Amino acid sequence: MSTIEIAKPAAQVMPGLQDYAAIVGEPEIIELRELARRLAGRRVKMVNSTAVGGGVAEILNRLVPLIKEVGLPTQWDVITGGEKFFHVTKAFHNALHGAPFEVAPDWADVFLSTNEENRRRMQFDEDFVVIHDPQPVALIAERDANPRRWVWRCHIDLSNPNAQVWDFLKPWVDRYDASLFSSPQFTRGLHIPQYLFYPTIDPLADKNRDLDPEFVSGVLEQFHIDPTRPILTQISRFDRLKDPVGVIRAYRLVKKYEDCQLVLAGGSASDDPEGAAVQQEAEQAAAGDPDIHILNLPPWSHLEINALQRASTIVIQKSLREGFGLTVSEALWKKKPVVASAVGGIPSQVIHKLTGMLVHSVEGTAYQIRFLLANPAFAQTLGENGHQHVKEQFLLTHNLKRYLVLFLILLEGD
Amino acid sequence: MTVSLEAKRAEQPFQFMAASYLIRIGAQPVHTLGDFAKSLRTCPQASIFYHTFQSLEAHHYTSFSSDFAQWALAACNEAALAEQLAVVDLRDIVSLEDLRNILVGIVDDHLKEHSQAIDRRAFEAFYFCEAKEVTVPIGSPASTLAELADGIRLLGHQSLHYHFINSRLRLQLKTNDFSYWIEKSLNHPWLAARLNRIDFYNDTLDELRQDILALLEPQESR
Repeated sequence: MSTIEIAKPAAQVMPGLQDYAAIVGEPEIIELRELARRLAGRRVKMVNSTAVGGGVAEILNRLVPLIKEVGLPTQWDVITGGEKFFHVTKAFHNALHGAPFEVAPDWADVFLSTNEENRRRMQFDEDFVVIHDPQPVALIAERDANPRRWVWRCHIDLSNPNAQVWDFLKPWVDRYDASLFSSPQFTRGLHIPQYLFYPTIDPLADKNRDLDPEFVSGVLEQFHIDPTRPILTQISRFDRLKDPVGVIRAYRLVKKYEDCQLVLAGGSASDDPEGAAVQQEAEQAAAGDPDIHILNLPPWSHLEINALQRASTIVIQKSLREGFGLTVSEALWKKKPVVASAVGGIPSQVIHKLTGMLVHSVEGTAYQIRFLLANPAFAQTLGENGHQHVKEQFLLTHNLKRYLVLFLILLEGD
Repeated sequence: MTVSLEAKRAEQPFQFMAASYLIRIGAQPVHTLGDFAKSLRTCPQASIFYHTFQSLEAHHYTSFSSDFAQWALAACNEAALAEQLAVVDLRDIVSLEDLRNILVGIVDDHLKEHSQAIDRRAFEAFYFCEAKEVTVPIGSPASTLAELADGIRLLGHQSLHYHFINSRLRLQLKTNDFSYWIEKSLNHPWLAARLNRIDFYNDTLDELRQDILALLEPQESR
């Protein structure tokens, strides 16, 4: 898959907790420190399957330093696995979102043996172990030898899972002390406690912080995007569940009435082997239209993504299935009107006609885009409301607080 | 000799608490109003609390502050039921069982008149949730009105909600922590009552804080 070359920026100095006081208010910071004081010295391990690309890695990149800062030493480990393993876990991912489960017959052996290899390689002596998503779920086997408090954080939509895959995973999940879901609709009626954990964005990260307008203009120029005509943007990995071809079809319906442009910008994650094929499908659907900009950006393009969102007239998230869709929160934070599918965790972020527009089809997407282009004052109100909604629910400091409360509850033996 | 209100020091200081919540999701969603009515009778009191008192914190953009009302409207398209569920004034409630009975009565009455709604599938399922609460003492205890105001300025949103709204059930006195303390410890029933009349239904928590401080500040500077 061809990727646009963007120079790696100098590493951003990670903000400290106090830096967030300007956004969430000093009282929230004081209370976070007070909560953390009750847990001082307790140790945490986070485990997931990729260090870069995708929402989970992004959350952990920002969250782990803050947990450390408030006094809980935290280790973030990434499991390793071969190509076969990640094909199986990608098939899991798709099947848990309702797609058919199509894998080689030895899939269970591949999955379990890779988990076992990782279990042997890793140390588990922390007070709290948080396992993210299905890929490392079988690490819970370690619990027999190491009875810490184990939590399974599920970032994906389990509302309509393939039964074969869920029946395989559920016995592993049932061994945890608690499970964390991004929306009530994602839960599966587990017997262990199920807690609501909205994913969050970091308002001070390069992807979300305020930008100099000249930088934004420069990015548009770099990608040959015309700032004088409406810009419709979808930011997401090249993944069929994000429906990039459906977005192009919606754009074509809008284009009949409005001389607009479409930006499909994203990258790929190291645990997703399908990205190249999906990008190719999108390019074929674009059929050389010069107003469709398909940008495969490297994982460090946070400032460019930020600039594209800020330059957008409307941000689209036309996913067919979605874990939570953090790109929606990112757009709302930038006060952008959002047109997004009513799937996964998106309705938690987009309250129809109040913080954005929810849609259910290609045609509906085009219809609402046209409505917002024709009603810019209403579009602006949606963006303002959306910003406030994110501020109250979906910022990194909320995530930090939820983890601290969770750990206190686990210690009390919920 | 009388002591002015701003100079008066309480013998029993006010202890601020930092309150934080984690939402626990119930195991079984309901898909129809008929099932909702059944679950409303049996769900934990903590769920009744979460979807009424606790949800006041979150609904700035929706039509109703009660989760039950919002679901009846948005997922069941039952506007009349939603309105009835929403207008139950939580300021009059001191017992969750009383509140449950009121809500069950409203739903039953509605379904008696609209039996076709009993088994009609909602657009979205309703998940009974409950909030797990963690509280820790925070800040310096307040002995004067000025110190109370200073502490309120430094309370997080959830803690403000805890002291002003959730406290009504804890105290079982149709009042809030601040009013209770002002009346009992500073012997100032007028100010306590005035504070208790603030309409928290139509405020964001930041607006609520400003309304409280606006009442306390003239007393501080008098």
